[in-house]
Amino acid sequence: MSALTRPRPRHRPGPLTAARHCLTLAGRNLLHLRANPGEVIGFAVLQPLLVIALLVYVFGGAISGDPGTYLQYALPGLLVQSTVTAALTAGSGLHQDISNGVFDRLRSLPVARIAPLVGHLLGNMVRVAISLVMLLVLGAVQGFDIRSGFWSTTAALLLAVLFGSGLGWLSMLVGLSARSATTVHMFSGILMVPLTFCSNVFVPTETMPGWLQWWAEINPVSHQASALRALITGGADPGTVWWTLGWTAVLTALFAPLAIRAYRRRV
Amino acid sequence: MTYAIETEGLVKRFGKVTALNGLDLVAREGTVLGVLGPNGAGKTTAVRILASLLLPDGGVARVCGYDVARDPYEVRRIIGLTGQYAAVDEGLTGAQNIFLVARLLGLSRAASRRRATELLERFGLGHAADRKARTYSGGMRRRLDLAVSLIGDPSVLYLDEPTTGLDPESRRELWEIVRQLVSNGSTVLLTTQYMDEADQLADDIVVIDGGTVIAAGTSEELKAKIDRQTLEVQPLEAARLESTRRIVEELGGARAVAEGGRLRVQVNDPSLPVTLLRRLDEAGIELAELALRRPSLDEVFLSLTGRGAKEARGAAEHGAAADTAAEDDTEEDTA
Repeated sequence: MSALTRPRPRHRPGPLTAARHCLTLAGRNLLHLRANPGEVIGFAVLQPLLVIALLVYVFGGAISGDPGTYLQYALPGLLVQSTVTAALTAGSGLHQDISNGVFDRLRSLPVARIAPLVGHLLGNMVRVAISLVMLLVLGAVQGFDIRSGFWSTTAALLLAVLFGSGLGWLSMLVGLSARSATTVHMFSGILMVPLTFCSNVFVPTETMPGWLQWWAEINPVSHQASALRALITGGADPGTVWWTLGWTAVLTALFAPLAIRAYRRRV
Repeated sequence: MTYAIETEGLVKRFGKVTALNGLDLVAREGTVLGVLGPNGAGKTTAVRILASLLLPDGGVARVCGYDVARDPYEVRRIIGLTGQYAAVDEGLTGAQNIFLVARLLGLSRAASRRRATELLERFGLGHAADRKARTYSGGMRRRLDLAVSLIGDPSVLYLDEPTTGLDPESRRELWEIVRQLVSNGSTVLLTTQYMDEADQLADDIVVIDGGTVIAAGTSEELKAKIDRQTLEVQPLEAARLESTRRIVEELGGARAVAEGGRLRVQVNDPSLPVTLLRRLDEAGIELAELALRRPSLDEVFLSLTGRGAKEARGAAEHGAAADTAAEDDTEEDTA
């Protein structure tokens, strides 16, 4: 090895450049979204419409006496469920990028290393936001009463998107660690059950057996659902907002470093 | 002398499999280095290290003087990479694919759009600019992939089996593009498992097997070594095999291998078939088949390594699996 190597001006992207890379790659996700209007309609309109119809009109009367009352209880929960569903797709897109070589292409460019991950996360957050707004609008059309003001509702949606980003890191960790795309989907499907069904999303937790109640009470999804109820309908303890923020911080603090580590290892 | 690409004693292991076992490569600036080898020889691993996608376990890899392990960002500013499967975003159009990477490289929106138009035209994809890459044919995808890798005007370009799986016409188109690039002064590292591809494009060729160089030289030098042809003779009557063999070995000056009633011998005298036909005719031996053909990659490997490429592949199968299946999906060239 020769002693005379070239002087090494380091061109590591600075924070501003890195932020630009992240935004450009988030923009890429949105291009995908725009290129597939069918997908947007599917996940943001049809799916929530079906869920509302099924839950509120089929089960609603039995659970709450009449569909209207149940809609008022369940819609904030459905918002959370929608958040979880959409957030857990972050890993699939990531996995796809790795298996078809797009990741290698990005990494062979002088692009901030973290940008492909953050790009997916940001793109996913926009996806979550779109589905939340659609669901809320569809709910309002069905008679859901938004009892708080515009800002409070906006804050609720932002809170949900933020919470989704915490789960997005978890999903990306799965996408990075899994060997096949099927594993990623399966994991998301399995995770949905304890997160959304074993919570106060669909029914109050009082009738659950003790152990399940214990989980449903500390389940981050329950806190998130209560926080949305507090912010949108005023029907729950506003302290849950802080719980939700805390859970978001915990999820991010736990899974972001793990995802980044898996990312460095994988690629 | 500064080499555009330089590796010294590169070692890379995947678990128990040694993909690279002390690989030494050099590519002079403005030339094409052809890296020839069977599946699992370590070609893709070498490219991935040189592209800063993998860290070597030992040895040094330098691109234009920059160590890929210590200065990956510098390396990424000067390289372009086209893998053996086209790494294009299928959900985006051709134009969007280029626009996106151009933006990442710091071009303005307007400049990125111009670059997309210009590159798509140059690669004959202008008509498909606004179609999703998903709808492109295999040849179009490779061209788009190559176009994307050229956005930043890289001075060093890696083409990892760029024509594997392409039809002959798309292959020729791609070769033409590579020739143009080199005439503009880029340095190209081309990996291939096709003899004729290395022959057509490369100034220098290294043959690698088992993660190490087993032969190196210019195309002419290597050809002198391996440009023997294979003569196959099959007598009509199997009983005449031995007498045929005597004549073939006498004229060819090498041992003939018998297989399924057919004799095979390596020869380098193009006039041999004519002489051979006369002698066999004199001896009253009728032929079912007489063929002279260029050596297959298998035979080149046999002559260079003393074992067939098929064996080499068998030995490297585990390696290929560890190599994220990057060297799968390729066809063997025995033409």
